[in-house]
Amino acid sequence: MSVAPARPRRKNPILRTRLPTVPPAARSRVALGLTAAAALGRFELQVCLACGAVQYPPREACHICLSDRLEWRAQDGAGELLADSVVHHSQELFFRERGPWRLGLVKLACGPSVVAHLHGNCPAAPARVRVSSTLDKAGQAVLAAFAEQETPTMTDDRQLREMTCDPRARKILVTDGKTAVGRAVVEQLAAAGAEIIWVGHAEPWKKFPGFDALRAIKQATLMPLDVTDSQSVTELAGEIGGKVDIVVNTAEHHRNFGIEARSGLDVARAEMDVNYFGLLRLAQAFGPALRARGADGQASAVAWVNLLSIFALTNFPPHGTFSASKAAAYSLSQCLRAEMLPAGIRVINLFPGPIDDEWNQLILPPKLAPSALAAALVKAMREGVEDVYPGDIAQDWLARWRDNPKVLERELAAGA
Amino acid sequence: MGSHRSPYDDVALAVPVTVPYVRYSIRGAHWFFAQALAETVRRAGIDKDRVDGLCVSSFSLAPDTAVGLIQHLGLSPRWLDHIPMGGASGIVALRRAARAVQCGDAGIVACIAADTNHPDTFRQNTANFSQFARDAVYPYGAGGPNASFAMLTAHYLRTHAARAEDFGKICVAQRDNALRFPYALFKKKLTLDEYLTARPIAEPLRLFDCVMPCAGAESFLVMRRDIAADLGLPHARLAATIERHNAFPADPIQIRGGWSRDRDDLYAQAGVAPSDIDFLETYDDYPVITLMQIEELGFCGPGEGAEFIRSHDLTVEGSFPLNTSGGQLSVGQAGAAGGSLGLVEALRQLTGAALGAAVPKATTGLVSGFGMINYDRGLCSGAAILTAGAES
Amino acid sequence: MSTNTLLDLVAALAAGRIRLVDLTQTLSPDFPPIVLPPEMGQSWPFRIEEASRYDERGPGWYWNNLSFGEHTGTHFDAPIHWISGRDLPNNATDTIPVEHMIAPAVVIDCSQEAAADADFLLTVDFVRSWETRHGPIPPRAWVLMRTDWSKRSDPVAYQNFDETGQHTPGPDAEVVQFLIRERDCIGFGSESIGTDAGQGFHLQPPYPCHYFMHGAGRYGLQCLCNLDLLPPTGAVLICPPLKIKQGSGSPLRVLALVPAP
Repeated sequence: MSVAPARPRRKNPILRTRLPTVPPAARSRVALGLTAAAALGRFELQVCLACGAVQYPPREACHICLSDRLEWRAQDGAGELLADSVVHHSQELFFRERGPWRLGLVKLACGPSVVAHLHGNCPAAPARVRVSSTLDKAGQAVLAAFAEQETPTMTDDRQLREMTCDPRARKILVTDGKTAVGRAVVEQLAAAGAEIIWVGHAEPWKKFPGFDALRAIKQATLMPLDVTDSQSVTELAGEIGGKVDIVVNTAEHHRNFGIEARSGLDVARAEMDVNYFGLLRLAQAFGPALRARGADGQASAVAWVNLLSIFALTNFPPHGTFSASKAAAYSLSQCLRAEMLPAGIRVINLFPGPIDDEWNQLILPPKLAPSALAAALVKAMREGVEDVYPGDIAQDWLARWRDNPKVLERELAAGA
Repeated sequence: MGSHRSPYDDVALAVPVTVPYVRYSIRGAHWFFAQALAETVRRAGIDKDRVDGLCVSSFSLAPDTAVGLIQHLGLSPRWLDHIPMGGASGIVALRRAARAVQCGDAGIVACIAADTNHPDTFRQNTANFSQFARDAVYPYGAGGPNASFAMLTAHYLRTHAARAEDFGKICVAQRDNALRFPYALFKKKLTLDEYLTARPIAEPLRLFDCVMPCAGAESFLVMRRDIAADLGLPHARLAATIERHNAFPADPIQIRGGWSRDRDDLYAQAGVAPSDIDFLETYDDYPVITLMQIEELGFCGPGEGAEFIRSHDLTVEGSFPLNTSGGQLSVGQAGAAGGSLGLVEALRQLTGAALGAAVPKATTGLVSGFGMINYDRGLCSGAAILTAGAES
Repeated sequence: MSTNTLLDLVAALAAGRIRLVDLTQTLSPDFPPIVLPPEMGQSWPFRIEEASRYDERGPGWYWNNLSFGEHTGTHFDAPIHWISGRDLPNNATDTIPVEHMIAPAVVIDCSQEAAADADFLLTVDFVRSWETRHGPIPPRAWVLMRTDWSKRSDPVAYQNFDETGQHTPGPDAEVVQFLIRERDCIGFGSESIGTDAGQGFHLQPPYPCHYFMHGAGRYGLQCLCNLDLLPPTGAVLICPPLKIKQGSGSPLRVLALVPAP
């Protein structure tokens, strides 16, 4: 059965903090194709281009015709639950701590039979179900079956909730609340039921629009935070780091210069100092406590969110130094992800296209509204997705980049 | 009619050896192999050099295969094989060795299955059992084979007129058989009520549906009958065998283990019918698989297994002796040796050397093997019909 | 003779007959930097990055690496800092005559006026009025505008921005020219960020203190504190900037020698 979780009780401070464990994380290389799709929120299986057979588990050659021309394609997941069981005795710590664990065997309409986690609303076999793919606590794709008729959320299921990073009842740090994006993120996290939102802001002498609106949000508390100042980051981490469940790094310095358009390094350095070194300072200061609290009861540390940019994938020359700083942040976020995986903390990266703000003023529409970006963030947190490309431009660039990054490089160099 | 298979007229099995099972051992698998081989050559009255063929099965020999074992034990065989087929290894090893001795590629083949067991062995084996298991099963609850067979059992119960009591009867009867078997790890009588109320492992499986992993070894020799006679060894004759892997890939869930595909060949090769079988040793890692074997090996029609159980006495002196030493469910599963437990027991029964109760007037026995849940179903299956050979 | 004077100075310091007053704000990341419009090159705020602290990066020692602009914290402005002074000889921190680094100072108290009006402008009349009480400003002296602005410990109040920009006190264009031409001052010092008023952009010419002072080869001191501990006249400032090649200015320690009362 699925029940919405009640607000978690306060933790007894005398008790030892349970350390994080994760489900079995080992996967073969071909199986990682499932994870790559789930990172984007997609359920894909290999389809043989020669004979059309759908493959599962993932493999190197078609099990019908032996062709190696296997392509990952989206699946709708419709199927029939043939059998289900509840595992009372598990061999792994993760499931022993959270058992008993329900799972089932589903015959997909597209062909293969799959083992899947079962959402609480999934009836006993036989039943028509829908299977989707999501990232589990180890950051690997797993299949989950839901009752066909309803569209339940994962967050209200005891087993699947842990695979999401639902902001509800959590304590969240938003590193920069002064920008339009930062404000939208705070508003939507509050609407999503966050318990506390610490809102970082630097240069307090610079009043910003929306300041009063932010202060009016019940859950929000404004905190001094300058990600270019190691002392500021360390001090804030010392003060609240042990309570933060989710870090949302919205701090960003964005200017519109390539190489030739600006002499000197000052702009590029400022972009790197906020966009790259800011992330590094935050990760060094907040990372350890986040990792230690990955399994800390109902309101545990769960996620680190980075506001990157679609420019991180391929340089956008008019904003060339900004792009480079975002690329540096992207690379570092991959390092952060690897370090967070053993603790079950998900690193979520947002790659928006141009946001509808002052630094993208001269870019033609479509541009992404800050509220749309914030909505995409909350959705990704709820659905267990880790790579988010919100908006039409981001989706378009992603498709071009995946198709051929070199071609995209040329298109952007030509001012396409 | 099935395919043409050359007969096994002159193939003999002899010298059934069990290295006593223990729950945990600090020894490596090599020790259990050595114990089995040493006891074998002692009882056969031969030097170990006389064993010129070796067939090895084990889950805990890594990083060694049969090759490493050769040098470890100081052997120089002219025929060597390594069968990684879990519970089907014994049957398959017998098939390989039989043809080798028939053709003169080897004179005396020792088929040995052995495994050690440390406290974390089972978890490590199941966590890395196969690529498909690691990618697509183990991450879902890490229940090991118990979870997979639980779903098969649930499906079987749902789609057949079977009840938990039917499975329980198998376990209770096998326990009764085991009480008289000296190597059984379970020594207490089991009642149906205890079976039905035992703690759940993976629903609907409860404690007594599951084998106990342990350390131990099972082995037997394969040779031509004239050599067995020369050595004065009591022996059984090999009448027929079958083997099939990934038998029914289109079945959405495992409802058949594989034997039904080649069953007719098995009986034809042996020249017998199911009604001629005096006892059945199934591969019994879970009761549901025993039921599948009873159905697929022709003792009843498809879906009639539960009724068959209800209407027969499965104990050693009953109307249908099943797993006469207690099976893995009551003796224990010593890794790959579980695939030879039935063969070794059948050899004892057919040579008048039963360690526990003897099946009265047993002349023909059927042994079945099954194993390797690579993903969602056991892939390997096999069976053999043995008959009593001449007394020495 | 001169040796005795120096020894007398040291003895007087030791005996407390001459006091040393530190007019310098502590360099820390919290100290507000000057802020220009986003399109301009910015001056770095003061930042400290630990190199080691008796830890695995250096077990027996503690040291830091610093980053800051030439005009961060309590700092000195050299004539080369402004376009009007860019061609003058000896106009950078490494070429300024060191003799200019010790000079007398007068302190003009505008604290009440600044408290009432953050945009208060020092005028010629105000200076003349001050001179009637304290005598004429001597030549080659620092003119320090005391506003008690340094007592604003909240960075928001210290910067004092609103939608129309920054609001801090400073001199008007006429008094700057007066101090140079009529009083031959060596430089102008203030407690706020910038020797010019926060709204100095709107004066004629913009930023007249920088424009005229540096154009005449004079200097600036900013973000001073403790001016309220100085007498109106009689203090001597020691303010050598860092010897930066072609430096436009630098943070520095500004010390005042004050006769004990």
